[in-house]
Amino acid sequence: MLIRRPGRHDPRPSEITPEAVWLDRRAFLGAAGSIAGVALAGTAIGALGGAPREARAQGDRLEPTPEELFTSYNNYYEFGTDKEDPKANSKGFRTAPWSVAVDGMCRKPGTYALEDWLKPSRVEDRTYRFRCVEAWSAVVPWRGIPLADVIRRADPLPSAKYVVFTTLYDPSRMIGQQRPVIDWPYLEGLRLDEALHPLAFLATGIYGKALPNQNGAPVRLVVPWKYGFKNIKAIVRMRFTDRQPVSTWERAAPQEYGFYANVNPAVDHPRWSQAKERPLGRFFRQETLPFNGYADQVARLYAGLDLRRNY
Amino acid sequence: MTPPARPAPPVASGDGASIATVPETRAPRTRGTAARVAKALYPVALVACALPAALLAYEAVTGRLLGDVVKILEHETGEFTMRFLAATLAVTPFRTWLGWGWLQPYRKLLGNATFAYATLHLLVYAVVDLELEAGELWASIVERPYITVGMLAWALMVPLVVTSLKAVARRLGGARWKRLHRLTYLVAVLGTTHYLWAVKKDTFWPVAYFVLFAVLLVLRLPRFRRPG
Repeated sequence: MLIRRPGRHDPRPSEITPEAVWLDRRAFLGAAGSIAGVALAGTAIGALGGAPREARAQGDRLEPTPEELFTSYNNYYEFGTDKEDPKANSKGFRTAPWSVAVDGMCRKPGTYALEDWLKPSRVEDRTYRFRCVEAWSAVVPWRGIPLADVIRRADPLPSAKYVVFTTLYDPSRMIGQQRPVIDWPYLEGLRLDEALHPLAFLATGIYGKALPNQNGAPVRLVVPWKYGFKNIKAIVRMRFTDRQPVSTWERAAPQEYGFYANVNPAVDHPRWSQAKERPLGRFFRQETLPFNGYADQVARLYAGLDLRRNY
Repeated sequence: MTPPARPAPPVASGDGASIATVPETRAPRTRGTAARVAKALYPVALVACALPAALLAYEAVTGRLLGDVVKILEHETGEFTMRFLAATLAVTPFRTWLGWGWLQPYRKLLGNATFAYATLHLLVYAVVDLELEAGELWASIVERPYITVGMLAWALMVPLVVTSLKAVARRLGGARWKRLHRLTYLVAVLGTTHYLWAVKKDTFWPVAYFVLFAVLLVLRLPRFRRPG
């Protein structure tokens, strides 16, 4: 049985917009306008798809992105570089059996069947904002377990400072890997304190279903305050180390993608502004929030760090 | 090998060293069945050129573009610009190498379609993506080199489109028209550079276009041009 434990990042039941109101956007906007007493301009912005920043930061309705969009528009170069490639090219990808190697600076290294690696933890549902470095965004109802659980079970040594994840490398099953577009296999890492943060998550499902192949089945990382590319898919290895790893995109284009990759509207990508984002399926942009709206929970992790340099 | 039958070479090319491009206005009347069929099909080709844009608009409005709708529109209009540009630049080599004189009237159509798609591409970026925020637009032009070269490529197409009008071309005169329209190759270089710098990592298509444009240019150089 699935027991739902709401975290403080989850919308409270009282915040959830009644479906009828949601469906009637005119009534919804009218109500929002009168309740908040916002100026006409604010309502107009809302009508165009971008709620005023304050309202979004506090009221946070987090209406999930239509499932069809988040499962059709994917960056997953292992299955091709076009957004629609992963869905088309991952159809026959078999994810069972699957095993995960745990190694490096920890007391309990080993190779685990995926079920055994995850099973001791209770499965949770979490609806998070998702912000791609390409300035599109989504709201995704994930299902999975806290990342901290598998890390604690591996029992990292005190000397371990980083955790590094690796995606499966198998060009016969992942046809995108047959071309050297990026350095295979895909590699991503977190500082250990980031990885132990309660928001960091390992997802095995979305929208109440098993994770589709194009979204990173059977298991992927979800770190909602960072850009999407940190959320490594199809994980086969978790390694502990004392050295900051060079992640795949950092290696590919160090002036464009950093190790931290925290969502930051104040620091532009060299080729585009990060101040705004466009939710999938919408025409107009909304403002991007610092740490993707999770600043209250995670900003302290980066106290004293120059976020402009450590992008 | 005998060159296939084709109309007499257009305009006695005075400057032999030049890349032979011929203003529409001075093109000789192409004769023969192929030319007549081509002429009859011209309206069909016109509609065909507009079709991708119409289809995209339909898909966007009806929610058939799954994902970041505006990004998809940007990419698609950009890719069609490249395709039409390649088709435009292929017309003369096809005519000189294969004797397809009937293609000639289509060069203007394809060239103007290239400009139309480039304009759509620019409008989607400036109006829909950046929502016409002047500051952001200006910043993107001066700070982001791929936007700078893209804008430049578009701007260089404007005089080419204006001089595609018969009356303007006539006033300009054949030689000057020809010189001016060599800008198309500069547009191709800038446009492909824009494409190359815009992609994240997979440079296959931009590089392919560079190679294609280089081949098309070489085919027009006098040294390689078929004796006519």
